[in-house]
Amino acid sequence: MLQLYGTALRSRLLLGTARYPSPAVLTEAVRAARAEVVTVALRRESGGERAGQGFWSIIRELGVRVLPNTAGCHSVKEAVATAHMAREVFGTSWIKLEVIGEDDTLQPDVFGLTEAARILCAQGFEVFPYTTEDLVVAERLLAAGCRVLMPWGAPIGSGRGLNNPFGLTALRAHFPDVPLIIDAGIGVPSHAARALELGFDAVLINTAVAQARAPAQMAAAFAQAVEAGRAARLAGPMEPRDLAAPSTPVIGTAFRG
Amino acid sequence: MRILVNGAWRETVAAELSTVLEELGYGGAVVATAVNGEFVALGVRPRTRLAEGDRVEVLAPMQGG
Repeated sequence: MLQLYGTALRSRLLLGTARYPSPAVLTEAVRAARAEVVTVALRRESGGERAGQGFWSIIRELGVRVLPNTAGCHSVKEAVATAHMAREVFGTSWIKLEVIGEDDTLQPDVFGLTEAARILCAQGFEVFPYTTEDLVVAERLLAAGCRVLMPWGAPIGSGRGLNNPFGLTALRAHFPDVPLIIDAGIGVPSHAARALELGFDAVLINTAVAQARAPAQMAAAFAQAVEAGRAARLAGPMEPRDLAAPSTPVIGTAFRG
Repeated sequence: MRILVNGAWRETVAAELSTVLEELGYGGAVVATAVNGEFVALGVRPRTRLAEGDRVEVLAPMQGG
């Protein structure tokens, strides 16, 4: 089973809760994905408005664990304050730490990220940093106290899959015992299967499910892909080769010699 | 007193954050607060006095990825 900060999880598919056509569709998708962890956020709400309260009721009824994020934060100070606000509202020390450094790619500001991670880990948070596949940054995040890393596959919402499989493979090999969750850029179930085949422990999907024509159906497809990818990883994939190798034995082939 | 709440200027009579929230219609809502960029915990709101021009953030649960 997947262990994240001492919590054992059967499902290796984490689901985002944004961009669904309706709350009912979100609920169906979470169930179809058999997700045990969903991500949530905090946003400004005006007095008298109760959209956030309604959303929070829906999530609580699902009975899943929540992973709040600091999406939209562009500085260490914003991310740290948002993490504290999330801990109070959602009642969890888990925080998906995002410090955004560039608006077109939503690429993490890895310098701000490591600083915010150091502060939050020291304050008792269990930090899930949204990072790149950079090995040195990963080392710094672990030194800061992180026990899980969330490298991107591709820019958030791009659906491009694993942009740098070589770099991600190196990351996996370098940190064999750290839970690694591919966080962003997954577009279709085959991308998720590939991530698990490469040895990643889990994937976090949002847009690819929420923006599908039939989100619940897509969530179920992702669940199957994640299971297949994990099973394949455990089964030990063959090494690719450049030339053909006959799969049917050649000894005793008719009409030869 | 004028304070900035979620980016909009608001006129308030009260000075304590908890009372200001009541005044603005947040009574009973699950929200988290920050003043001038610093987190203010639920239990600290009654003794957090606001000053003219303070920036208050009031955040609620929302969909997220």
